[in-house]
Amino acid sequence: MVPTTYYLVLAAVIFAIGALGVLIRRNALIIFMCVEMMLNSVNLTLVALAQQWGNLIGQVFVFIVVAVAAVEVAVGLAIIMAIVRHKDTTNVDEINLLRG
Amino acid sequence: MSLLFFAFLALIALIGASGVILSRNAVHSALFLLLNFVVFAVFYIMLGAQLLGVVQVIVYAGAIVVLFLFVVMLIGGDIGPVRSGLRRYARWVAVVSMAVFLLIMVLGLARSLPPDAPAAMAPEAGSVQVVGQVLYTTYLLPFELVSLLLLVGMIGGVVLARRYRSPMEE
Repeated sequence: MVPTTYYLVLAAVIFAIGALGVLIRRNALIIFMCVEMMLNSVNLTLVALAQQWGNLIGQVFVFIVVAVAAVEVAVGLAIIMAIVRHKDTTNVDEINLLRG
Repeated sequence: MSLLFFAFLALIALIGASGVILSRNAVHSALFLLLNFVVFAVFYIMLGAQLLGVVQVIVYAGAIVVLFLFVVMLIGGDIGPVRSGLRRYARWVAVVSMAVFLLIMVLGLARSLPPDAPAAMAPEAGSVQVVGQVLYTTYLLPFELVSLLLLVGMIGGVVLARRYRSPMEE
């Protein structure tokens, strides 16, 4: 039996890696993948704690988070496609249309 | 034994996560992401959440990674150097701040539970029947709202991805 703390620490490490990716990568697609990774690590935390406390609410919550993540990917990738069509780049530093 | 298995899987998950942010080709990033998602599905099953393990494979590994790969193939996977456009010190600031963030989180999490707290849930507690029972009775309203959200997301995706045509052309 693996202690729940190990799962929590692993999820924290993967969350930090994802956040680091958001900070150092400039490609919108990679940033988006990192956001998905961070969502996933939080899901792991919820599932681990659901098992720890014998409570199903955590699993139901993860179920809903997965659905929201799927919607987010569909809309986000459509936005990236629209940006590529408009500016022909995925570099977030060059997407500065709203900068004054 | 199960601890050894966990360590092995954790190593693979970390390799996948690092691969996503370090590889220069976006296709490789998407495939590393797939590796990470599949390992997470195994974690869910180890934690007694069989339904979520299967959902993880179908939704994340099946749908989301394929969608990413579609877009990467569509707009070209060759992305260039990892740190293009970043000032040199900005990268190190990001690394150090994330290291501090991780340290704080691990210190907090390591003390949040007693080291030998027993797991309260039976292994079959995350089966389709049990989770479905809760989802369709207690959490029926959130579940239906999620279906509405999926509909809105689908319409939004179609509208955004459609080629824009200005009224002047028509």
